[in-house]
Amino acid sequence: MSAKEGKQVLYSGNEAAGEAAIRAGCRFYAGYPITPQNRLTAYMADQLPLRGGVFVQAESELAAINMLYGASAAGARCMTSSSSPGISLKQEGISYLAGSELPAVIINVQRCGPGLGNIAPSQGDYYQATRGGGHGDYRCIVLAPAGVQEFGDLTYDAFDLADRYRNPVMVLSDGMIGQMMEPVSFDHLPPASPPPRPWALTGEPGRDRNLIKSLRLDAADMEGFHRKLLAKYAEAQEKDVRFETSGPQDAEVLLVAYGTSARICGQVVEKPPPGLPFRVALFRPITLWPFPGRQLAEWAGRVRGMVAVEMNAGQMVDDVRLSVAGGCRVELLSWLGGRVPEAAGIAEGIASLFASPREARAQ
Amino acid sequence: MSTEQETELTAKPLYRRPAAMHEVTTHYCAGCGHGTMHRVLAEVLDELGIRERTIGVAPVGCAVLAYNYVDIDWTEAAHGRPPAVATGLKRMLPDRIVFTYQGDGDLASIGMAETIHAANRGENITIIFINNAVYGMTQGQMAPTTLVGQRTATTPRGRDAATEGHPIRMCELLNQLHAPAFLVRTTVSSPKHVRQAKRALKKAFQYQMEGVGFSLVEVLSPCPTYWRMTPVESCRHIDEAVSKVFPLGVIRDVKADDRETD
Amino acid sequence: MSRRFEVRILTRFCKGCALCVEFCEEGKLYIEQTPNKQGIQTAAVRADVECSGCMKCAAICPDAAVEITRVEQPVPSKTRSD
Repeated sequence: MSAKEGKQVLYSGNEAAGEAAIRAGCRFYAGYPITPQNRLTAYMADQLPLRGGVFVQAESELAAINMLYGASAAGARCMTSSSSPGISLKQEGISYLAGSELPAVIINVQRCGPGLGNIAPSQGDYYQATRGGGHGDYRCIVLAPAGVQEFGDLTYDAFDLADRYRNPVMVLSDGMIGQMMEPVSFDHLPPASPPPRPWALTGEPGRDRNLIKSLRLDAADMEGFHRKLLAKYAEAQEKDVRFETSGPQDAEVLLVAYGTSARICGQVVEKPPPGLPFRVALFRPITLWPFPGRQLAEWAGRVRGMVAVEMNAGQMVDDVRLSVAGGCRVELLSWLGGRVPEAAGIAEGIASLFASPREARAQ
Repeated sequence: MSTEQETELTAKPLYRRPAAMHEVTTHYCAGCGHGTMHRVLAEVLDELGIRERTIGVAPVGCAVLAYNYVDIDWTEAAHGRPPAVATGLKRMLPDRIVFTYQGDGDLASIGMAETIHAANRGENITIIFINNAVYGMTQGQMAPTTLVGQRTATTPRGRDAATEGHPIRMCELLNQLHAPAFLVRTTVSSPKHVRQAKRALKKAFQYQMEGVGFSLVEVLSPCPTYWRMTPVESCRHIDEAVSKVFPLGVIRDVKADDRETD
Repeated sequence: MSRRFEVRILTRFCKGCALCVEFCEEGKLYIEQTPNKQGIQTAAVRADVECSGCMKCAAICPDAAVEITRVEQPVPSKTRSD
């Protein structure tokens, strides 16, 4: 059954993510209030205890990620959510999860930063999410939904990916997708099937004692662990890249965008504003890490250029440039301050970028 | 009359290394209280028969390698976070014995919020608080429990209450909260005190198994290296100075009726 | 029945902290003059002093380096008859 065939209910993105998490077998959630994700925390407080799980409002976002560490070590599927400043607080804990090979799901409903910023939607945490964020050589798998249904679906998948790779997985949403309401269905989600975790600290008699740690004082031991992580990440790059394209295959300009900005770019592609002189297609990464760089680079030879459309000062554009490696022109259209792009603004941006040889400018 | 003489010797072991301890030398300094409390912990695990059902959360500090010495399921935790990690573990495994083992920096400085809130939620866990009034692993800086006037790497002229505050009495602080069930301060400065500390720890684990609630066992512990004393002098320093600032005894015991409470 | 207590120091674990020496009231324990191979002057047992079996040394030892054993030997009775 596809999502469209199931029974449709009206949910906010935040609540859809919460419902999907519970259906994925999440048994522990710890969170702390922060706008614009409070409906997700409230949904878990309401639903999780009724459906076999435990909800804790932690004393801080930093306490919450450490509670996840314990719940995951105990063998349970677990999740936390926050928004940008709270995700900054979690970075140490995320590094520890990766260093201890503990599965966990972290949802970031992005708001504008730096600092307290504002509560408008933003994509300003792309670097933080995809470059590790915390200290040391690790990666989070990062999934970026572009609507309420996808926020639910990717949250469900995040638990499977986290278990498969024994690694933290982040769902990178934003305040727009988190708070807007759309029809969504959950009937197509298979029943949760968490794999066994023989390494978990279950206090079971009759086996050798288990140890969860990230301290590796011996350099050779540490290097061995680094190589183990690299092998995991290479496998993820090989097997678990996700992306979507829309628009004409013979496009002259390729928009590259994720999340809310991809929704608006999708409108430009679907109903090109009159007077837009170029054929435009959209390349929408769904995994921001592993980034679909190889697949993106295949477009380089046949387009005039690519335009990263971002709600930040230019972060994903770096990955576009890296992937394309000089194979075509790469430009940036930025929406700052928590402002959301409009289709007309994107069209004007494309027109002016490619009408004259100008560098990226902020709208 | 029998001409044979019964000369059979029977040897009964009265004390042996606890089975729950690994057969290794620890990295702790000579006379360190961590060694004593690891041994006491192992004895309690053996005597209660709970070794395989117990999960420990190790700190950042001198005891970061505690998991090399006591044979149970263990996890490390980020500095200060063991009560949060223990919360996650115990909420998922309520019928297992979950404890944290923390020093004064871990528990009362960076982890102060986690300590207070786990206690306030009444998490049914046991916190073993090793208070030696200094940061040992990082070579002797001031801790929240450092005594006024005590010289450390960051208080070379002695802790000055005017700019560095007074030492924090954690048992008394947590005693302001509604939920905690058992708060006790012990020490390992003499054999009598070690036996009292062991009884306190055993009671704390028993309370956890009975679902009585949150327990914290504080242990005033010698740090000969950073107190710049011999092990014997360190024990005397606890008796004469440290335990005057941190009084020994039960601060709270919700079931203090007919139980032995020394 | 004669009873005595034997104290044994597990020198491979002993760090020479001397707490057992301090708390033994019988004077049965002392610190070796000569350091061992690890450079530690470990605790040692005086054979000619009687151990009272108080177990304070075992209680105070930070390294679980003490073993105490009770040894009993029935005294042959001259009044026993078949």
